Amino acid sequence: MRVGPGAYLLLSAVLFGIGVVGVLIRRNAIVVFMCVELMLNAVNLSFITFAKTNGALDGQVLAFFVMVVAAAEVVVGLGILVAIFRKRSSTSVDDVNLLKG
Amino acid sequence: MLLGQRLRALAGWIATLAVAAAFVVAVAALLELLSQPADARTQILRGYEWFVSGDLRVAFDLRWDPLSATMVLVVTGVSSLIHLYSVGYMEHDDRRETFFAWLNLFVASMLILVLAQNFLVMFLGWEGVGLCSYLLVGFWFNRRLLLVNPLGRLVPGQPDDTREVWAPPAAKKAFLANRIGDVGFLLAMFLTFATVGSLDFDVVFGKAGGLASGTATAIALLLFLACTGKSAQFPLYVWLPDAMAGPTPVSALIHAATMVTAGVFLVARAHVIFEASGTAQTVVVLVGAGTALLAAIIAIGQDDIKKILAYSTISQLGYMFIGVGLGPIGYAAGMFHLVTHAFFKAQLFLGAGSVMHGNDEDTDIKHFGGLRSAMPLTFWTTMAAWAAIIGVPLASGWFSKDQILDAAFEHGGVGLLAWVVGVLTAGLTAFYMSRYVFLTFFGERRWPEGRHPHESPAVMTLPLVVLGFLALVAGLALSTITGEGGRIQTFLEPVLGGPAEYESTAAALALSVVATGMAAVGAVVAWLLYIRPFDWLALRRRHAGAWRALADRLYVDQVYEFFTVNLGRALAAFLARTVDQRGIDGAVNGVAEVVGDMARGGRRLQSGLVRSYALGVLGGAVLIVAFLVFRP
Repeated sequence: MRVGPGAYLLLSAVLFGIGVVGVLIRRNAIVVFMCVELMLNAVNLSFITFAKTNGALDGQVLAFFVMVVAAAEVVVGLGILVAIFRKRSSTSVDDVNLLKG
Repeated sequence: MLLGQRLRALAGWIATLAVAAAFVVAVAALLELLSQPADARTQILRGYEWFVSGDLRVAFDLRWDPLSATMVLVVTGVSSLIHLYSVGYMEHDDRRETFFAWLNLFVASMLILVLAQNFLVMFLGWEGVGLCSYLLVGFWFNRRLLLVNPLGRLVPGQPDDTREVWAPPAAKKAFLANRIGDVGFLLAMFLTFATVGSLDFDVVFGKAGGLASGTATAIALLLFLACTGKSAQFPLYVWLPDAMAGPTPVSALIHAATMVTAGVFLVARAHVIFEASGTAQTVVVLVGAGTALLAAIIAIGQDDIKKILAYSTISQLGYMFIGVGLGPIGYAAGMFHLVTHAFFKAQLFLGAGSVMHGNDEDTDIKHFGGLRSAMPLTFWTTMAAWAAIIGVPLASGWFSKDQILDAAFEHGGVGLLAWVVGVLTAGLTAFYMSRYVFLTFFGERRWPEGRHPHESPAVMTLPLVVLGFLALVAGLALSTITGEGGRIQTFLEPVLGGPAEYESTAAALALSVVATGMAAVGAVVAWLLYIRPFDWLALRRRHAGAWRALADRLYVDQVYEFFTVNLGRALAAFLARTVDQRGIDGAVNGVAEVVGDMARGGRRLQSGLVRSYALGVLGGAVLIVAFLVFRP
């Protein structure tokens, strides 16, 4: 049985949806982070799928870009998280509301 | 420091010697001037170029001609005597060195004023004397002066009234009234420069004949506005009586003999401009006549000896303006009266100062009486000045005042009206001046218990004697009994011009009889009221309403207060409450309110919840995707 690109895209969409819901409803910052990673990787999956389907390398190149950026983002993001945790002893994103107007 | 303290004690003498030296120089310069032929007596001392601004070139030139020579001699001569007097009068004042410094500054400013060769240099002196007047009126800024109560009973040893007046408001009033006039001077200069292109007297007067009559009238009237401020004429005269809060030598020097005559001098100096406008001359005569009469009436109701003399000064200045407003026929007469008035009024003020000095600084005429024997020198010299001011024949005022009245009569038209008013004023003058000397020096002694009136020291009485002597003989020395122009007239003619022909001696004497007779009536009425045993205080209380009006200066000050202070306040309140607070503040606050409301709405968007922001991002992404997908 040959698996068509539609299945990959569907998986990608499901993973992205799970990520979105996770970002929106979870309070734990680490879980939110993981959901963001999930969304990024779902998008990567789409890129690879389209690259394979169209026979072009652009999508694969872009996927590498996303990975690099995601790695950098994780470094900065986790650094911020550690700093906030030291200050507030909490990893809930709702507790960090310094920008409340 | 030691030297400073010693010099401090000498301040008065240094100042006096400086002015006396100026007088000696002035006399020498006058002799030099007299040695020149009459038509070469205008000498201009070219000084340095003061400043250049565009087309305006102002040079610090000085002018020495018979007119400025007359003023310089009067200013330095009378100033020397008053400085000498001040040495005695201010002996116990701990700020006397300041006093003399200001007094000298005044003399310097006055000399700049009279010697100027262009309007701007004159204005420099004009402002300088105004400043010194302000400083010296407010010299005793921390001294409370008792206000004289016009209807008060005589309670020996007790002040009649506890109201107080202060020198600072009087100084401010003088300054402000003069400021109004000075605006006129400035505008006149602007207009002159705009039309003639120069401020130099020779240039301006050379072209004045070619001015449009409207322009000439405007310049002349603006200059005259300045004169009404400086020379205390209606409507700006109100500052002069209040200026009596200053030390008495200041009143004598600045507010009687010299500064207040600057306006008369200005009209004489700028006579070419005034001649170019008949309207302006008429205004000068009418204002002079009106002021002379009004001030003489108010003077009757004053109990403060310095106030009597202040209103008398205003009234006499009115005479001078009648003179200089009449044209060539009266210029010399006006200047002549200026000179004689400087002598007799300076004497009267210094005499009043001497009376105050010997009477514990009291100025209430009700507390004197019978001072004749206690202060003989003051008495006799004051009587000399009294004779001069009321116009006793052969005293100086008789010559100068009659010359003005003659000129007015000769002039005809508005001059006739001025003559009638002048004769009437002569009677009133004789009345209030006689009242002043009778109540002060004659009759029963009314001074409070424990007071010992005494004659002033020689340093004060010497100027009194000199001025009293001058008040008697100056008229005879400078004029002639005949209707022809006297020495001062001949002297001033190269500058001011003279009448085409002089009236006959007989006509002059006939006119003089009328004026002198009127004065005699005034003096006799004063004698009946104030020397005979007669209860004039009872008479005063019987007509308390009328008396109150006279004593309150016919309410002129109150009217001014209503129109300037109250209306000014109402206008300010309207501007502050309605325009500023509601209009301008409303607009400013309204804008702030709108922006604030918008900001308050906007800040609710900033919940600080990261997840809600994420939802926003998602919504935005969905919208973009939807737009891309369903794009037509």
